[in-house]
Amino acid sequence: MGKYVIKRLIFMVFTLFIITLMCFVLVRMLPPAELPPGDPHTKIVEARREALGYNKPYLEQFGIFLKNVFTKGDWGVSDVLYFGQDVFAIFVSKLPATMIVNFYSIILSIPIGIALGIWAALRKNTWVDDAISTLTMALISVPSFVYAFLIQYFLAFKLGWFPFLMKEGTDWFSWPMFVSMIPAVLSLSLGVIAGFTRTTRAELTEVLTSEFMLLARTKGLTKVQATVRHALKNCMVVIVPSIFGEFISIIGGSLIIEKLFSVPGVGQLYLNSINGRDYPLFMLLTVFYTAIGLVAAIVVDISYGFIDPRIRMGSKK
Amino acid sequence: MMNEATKNVYEDIPKEMFELAQQDETLHDTKLETKARGYFADALVRFRKNRASVIGAWIIFFLLLFSLLSPILSQYTVRDQDKYYVNYPPYIRSIADKKIGIFDGAAVHASQNEAAMAQWKAVAIETGYDPLLKILETTETVSLYRGKERITKTYKIQTNKYYEQGMIFRVFSFQEFEDIQKWQDETGIQVIYPFVESKDIKDITSANVWYQVSDNKGTPKYDKEGNFIPAYSTNTAKEGAPYHSKRLENDPGNWIYSMQKSGAVQCRVCYYNYYTYVNGHEPMYIMGTNSMGMDLFCAIGVGSRFSIIFALLVSVINLTIGAVYGAIQGYYGGAVDMIMDRIADILYEVPFIVVSTLFQLHLAPKVGVVPSFLFAFVLTGWIGMAALVRKQFYRFKSQEFVMAARTLGASDWRLMFKHIFPNAIGTIITSCALTIPGVIRSETTLTYLGIVNIADFAGTSLGTLMSQGQTSMTSSPHAMFFPAMYFALLLIAFNLFGNGLRDAFNPSLRGVDD
Repeated sequence: MGKYVIKRLIFMVFTLFIITLMCFVLVRMLPPAELPPGDPHTKIVEARREALGYNKPYLEQFGIFLKNVFTKGDWGVSDVLYFGQDVFAIFVSKLPATMIVNFYSIILSIPIGIALGIWAALRKNTWVDDAISTLTMALISVPSFVYAFLIQYFLAFKLGWFPFLMKEGTDWFSWPMFVSMIPAVLSLSLGVIAGFTRTTRAELTEVLTSEFMLLARTKGLTKVQATVRHALKNCMVVIVPSIFGEFISIIGGSLIIEKLFSVPGVGQLYLNSINGRDYPLFMLLTVFYTAIGLVAAIVVDISYGFIDPRIRMGSKK
Repeated sequence: MMNEATKNVYEDIPKEMFELAQQDETLHDTKLETKARGYFADALVRFRKNRASVIGAWIIFFLLLFSLLSPILSQYTVRDQDKYYVNYPPYIRSIADKKIGIFDGAAVHASQNEAAMAQWKAVAIETGYDPLLKILETTETVSLYRGKERITKTYKIQTNKYYEQGMIFRVFSFQEFEDIQKWQDETGIQVIYPFVESKDIKDITSANVWYQVSDNKGTPKYDKEGNFIPAYSTNTAKEGAPYHSKRLENDPGNWIYSMQKSGAVQCRVCYYNYYTYVNGHEPMYIMGTNSMGMDLFCAIGVGSRFSIIFALLVSVINLTIGAVYGAIQGYYGGAVDMIMDRIADILYEVPFIVVSTLFQLHLAPKVGVVPSFLFAFVLTGWIGMAALVRKQFYRFKSQEFVMAARTLGASDWRLMFKHIFPNAIGTIITSCALTIPGVIRSETTLTYLGIVNIADFAGTSLGTLMSQGQTSMTSSPHAMFFPAMYFALLLIAFNLFGNGLRDAFNPSLRGVDD
């Protein structure tokens, strides 16, 4: 087990390194952002670029980049969007909004998703199951910005219950801020709810037909007892790791939803850095998103082993 | 005791009591009466039983038909972008005339006062197209004005947006002016209306005020019968060019139909009729127009056609690469498999948005936007397929039929693609059906975000249409609604269809949704 974890971690670092290197070289091959003519900072920027090795071979540039990151935590300064500011500081300032919105959405969606999944599984092949499964299908197939549009149009515009966009400011836990977050939270939740419903339903229907459930009923447990004590426990082997995965990805947020509801978060920053060609910012966020994906995958995989001792980690499949 | 007794009875059955069951005829199974069903026929039968998937297949069929036919049926192309009819609701003249409340270009205007109502009426009188469809609400406000109670009425009304445009000022060259007059004579449709100088109407610049007004808010003056009094210009000295075509019925003969403008003439034209002159037909927008003034009916067809063809292309390429890669991995196994698997693992972790962005920045200037977009999809898209094929190969490669073929001297390549691969075909078809909606989804998301802009190549795309609709969501939700509706239906139908195919080809997986 320990050996397996270490092996995974080493491969993760290796993957991250390769991807960072590829992106770095590709980004540096592009001409750096041009400065406005007659800008007073031209000299400073040029000196800084010289120090970063802009005219040297790409591998040497990458070395300088890594050295700055590891020794000084310096990811560079923004070229276009936040001219001259430290990109890491900008990134950190964008984290709270993303994390709070996504945290609310997970807190909302996990119980609802699991409950709907259990309901559908217990009423398998009835209209309840059909309705829930169809809705889940629809929500999973369609990207979130489509139903974000419906939420924005009906809840925010027609009914006027919520503001269109998220409130500005940093009073993250005030009531008006919470209300203004609700449309974004809802839009994010629908997809997550659908995901959990589907997983729970699929797992539970399979477990419910297994022989140990028959045994549980035979030995005198009621249906509720048998479901809660035996079936659900077995389902959790699959559900809990995905909850862990969700929790890790909350810091990533969602690009589109953040843009639509103007959540001042990391996702929106990423989009802006792409559209605004702000390469240092783009570089940092690419590494960040890749890392989140890798960490989430590892946590999900490893947690299977911790939750269910029957699953042996590292053995050949 | 009992046992003893029965035992004795059965032990002593005499030999002649036994009789042979069958002596002359040969014993065999009854011959199968039904015809043997092949793998695909079997899958088809199972697929047909799945109601949801059959519905999905039909929806796909109709959506494909739509995207195929709508650009042909529409009178417009995506390049026809009207500057005035922007974000206008659906409108078809023949249905609008029936006044049944659909396709009438209806939009709601709140808090219209008497002056505004008079202007709607004036537009109706002058152009002959009545913009007012329905008065939804009348509010009376009582206020004190110089010691007297005064009642002000405000209205909430529904108007036909296409008629509401009324008149516009437009500058023509002399030749154009002549052409329009000729067209007027041929068709009898009035395009050019008598000119109104803003100095005659209290400096109002709106082209829709043709009557005498008492203030600069546009409150009309009425004659004794309560009719509008025309304020058309009779200033023949400033007439732009001679007018010899159709005149208004009540024209005393001295109204001028154009105004001097250096080297050209300025006219007051009825936009609806001018549109008919320019396009050769009246406006007809089955799904309305979007913020670019495009016909949505045509634009959705064009955009989705691109999406679907692109998705098919991507799927075919990815499936081919994935199948070959997976086959090599699965067949050879060992170190080859390990190394190839690690490469796939690393590629798999690159976020798609990064790939497509970098490809856009690097490749798009060299090979064009669409090919570089295609490469971005191909770079990581095949990995899922390769994993599937690899698994199938591990399952089948050690079975007896493979060994038999090898003993007979089949080459590696022949073993892989003639003997093992056909066993994986069901998985591949299924995966293909589920890859297509995935590609459409990513493609639309990226064009929606504006990271990739394929409008120059394809005319438009569903994502572009939706982001254009988003900007005017509150005033004209139809511009977002129709593309979003098509998009959502397409994805849902493809997923239903794909799930049905998977269940049909792998009955053992039924009910496991992933």
